[in-house]
Amino acid sequence: MKQHEEEVKLLKGNEAIAHAAIRYGVDGYFGYPITPQSEVLETLEALMPWETTGMVVLQAESEVAAINMVYGGASSGKAVMTSSSSPGVSLKQEGISYIAAGELPALIVNVMRGGPGLGTIQPSQADYFQAVKGGGHGDYHLIVLAPASVQEMADFVGLGFDLSFKYRTPAMILADGVIGQMMEKVVLPPAKPRRTDAEIEAQCPWAARGKHGRKQRNVSTTLELDPQAMEKNNIRLQETYRKIEQNEVRFEEYMTDDAEYLLVAFGCMSRICRKTIEDARAQGIKVGLLRPITLWPFPSEAISRLAERMKGILVCELNAGQMVEDVRLAVEGKTPVRHFGRTGGIVPNPTEVLDALRKEVIK
Amino acid sequence: MTKEEIISAGGSKVAAKPRLLLDVNMHYCPGCSHGVVHKLVAEVIDELGMEDTAIGVAPVGCAVFAYNYIDVDWVEAAHGRAPAVATALSRLNPDATVFTYQGDGDLAAIGTCETIHACNRGENIAIIFINNGIYGMTGGQMAPTTLEGMKTSTTPYGRRVDLNGYPLNITSLVKELDGTCYVTRQAVHTPAAVRKAKAAIKQAFINARDKKGTSFVEIVSTCNSGWKMSPEKANKWMEENMFEKYPLGELKNTVNPK
Amino acid sequence: MAKVIGTVEIDSAKCKGCNLCVVACPTDVLALRAKEVNDRGYHFAYAADPEKCIGCASCALVCPDACIEVYKVISN
Repeated sequence: MKQHEEEVKLLKGNEAIAHAAIRYGVDGYFGYPITPQSEVLETLEALMPWETTGMVVLQAESEVAAINMVYGGASSGKAVMTSSSSPGVSLKQEGISYIAAGELPALIVNVMRGGPGLGTIQPSQADYFQAVKGGGHGDYHLIVLAPASVQEMADFVGLGFDLSFKYRTPAMILADGVIGQMMEKVVLPPAKPRRTDAEIEAQCPWAARGKHGRKQRNVSTTLELDPQAMEKNNIRLQETYRKIEQNEVRFEEYMTDDAEYLLVAFGCMSRICRKTIEDARAQGIKVGLLRPITLWPFPSEAISRLAERMKGILVCELNAGQMVEDVRLAVEGKTPVRHFGRTGGIVPNPTEVLDALRKEVIK
Repeated sequence: MTKEEIISAGGSKVAAKPRLLLDVNMHYCPGCSHGVVHKLVAEVIDELGMEDTAIGVAPVGCAVFAYNYIDVDWVEAAHGRAPAVATALSRLNPDATVFTYQGDGDLAAIGTCETIHACNRGENIAIIFINNGIYGMTGGQMAPTTLEGMKTSTTPYGRRVDLNGYPLNITSLVKELDGTCYVTRQAVHTPAAVRKAKAAIKQAFINARDKKGTSFVEIVSTCNSGWKMSPEKANKWMEENMFEKYPLGELKNTVNPK
Repeated sequence: MAKVIGTVEIDSAKCKGCNLCVVACPTDVLALRAKEVNDRGYHFAYAADPEKCIGCASCALVCPDACIEVYKVISN
């Protein structure tokens, strides 16, 4: 593996995550098999990064154990991550709440499959609410990145960790089974070395990694029984979230300049919508797309601005209607907002989307 | 003689608060075994020169505030997950000596899975397990290790095996796992027992430092508040009842076999 | 003949009056204050019969609150 330089490869989205993690200099990955994301763990085990970068890779006994390993590793200032799919991510929620409360950096990947329950192994986007509204207990947010290509699967590993360390809050890559399983060309960045102990101490003076001569001990805890102090902790978290909302909203617009109708979609659904837009425009319907790249913070302002001049908006998701709620909140009734979704693991084709646009929005 | 007279006569201090035990009032009830075990952990860390390298993992339960008492770096784990947290700390920080400090509800009920698998992987950690047969922090409910017939707030007429199953002897279970190098059961109810328990804890920390596998030290303990007895009576009750199900002694030692 | 002489210093503010030191003492040096309490309301331990102390530190070993210091000398 030519890790020291940029490399072009044909990879599945899940494999790209693994390659990107090693090249970013991730210290540890803790996972548990679940379809459709098992290739992340499989690829890491095959690449044996402990021999090259010293990265720890461990198949845990459960998703619960894996996320708590991430909590432990993150508490010591290490760059640590886990990946799973919907039912497994549900199991991780308690640990994610602890990581958020502990103001710890970490990356969690959810390659979504259909639910609820054991559901199906086919693609879905039905964990939107869970990812952007908190998921576990307490008032917290994750930075949620929604990749729409294998390239973005690779890129968002680095972006996720960078943001996570910058704001000391966990980040999530919310992918769907399509993006996890499909193969595309991907440009992998040159590898950078893992941080040294001195670099970790400088970047994370709060890390519980042994006192090493420090006078004060470091404690990673989320427990605070004094209501005044606990409220202060909450206020500090909320201040961080406001900063993230101000600085880190990411989205992509496609053919919105002259559009009369707007599609809003993320992940694999945004790719289907691009084809819908081509077809619609061939028939004289001026449609554009807004693709949120960060699902939290949500591009509410951009959507609100576009809503001023749209005749209607169709929110397309692989679920029964989740992101549509945030779009409606952003639009504030300025234009009609409708939802189109398929569930159960069904991925619609562009024609279905166009039919829905005609039926629900254009009328 | 006063202490000054003893010192001037060439005598010395033979017992004191351990240097690494922080000078705060512990929240434990009077007579609680936790305090004694905290003291031993603090002494062992100091004697082995691990102040800068030890990382403790605190549980949820009475010992949740252990990080307020022993002056090393700590991570406070979610209920039952200390062995998973310790696994990552140990693997990612190979120069550190990582230990967990857990009660019976944390380690042997909600955290059984993490306990078994960390031990089975042979994680290079020391597990200090306080078994007092009851949930102390939440007010004296039945623990997995509660003895048959023992009254708790959720077994007000005594634990019945037909309703609640049998007391779980997790230490004997852990002994069978290939990943454990040292498994022992101790107590801290007498001065002699305290000395033995300290030696066991010390061995566990040495094993963790030397990457010998998982060391597991059960301390059969009292919870006089939960048991509704005086500390003195609780010690006696422990000797007469707990030791039969949880007999003291070394169960396994592959590092220094006898 | 050599004689072992000891003394105990008890941090009465930290003592919770659990009585375990009293029980552990082989020479019956210690007792709990019968009426007096500390700031937190505990009948704290004290050396009721200090001359008997042999500095064995049994009291300190079993003390859950680490509030006992023991000093010892062997006098000829």
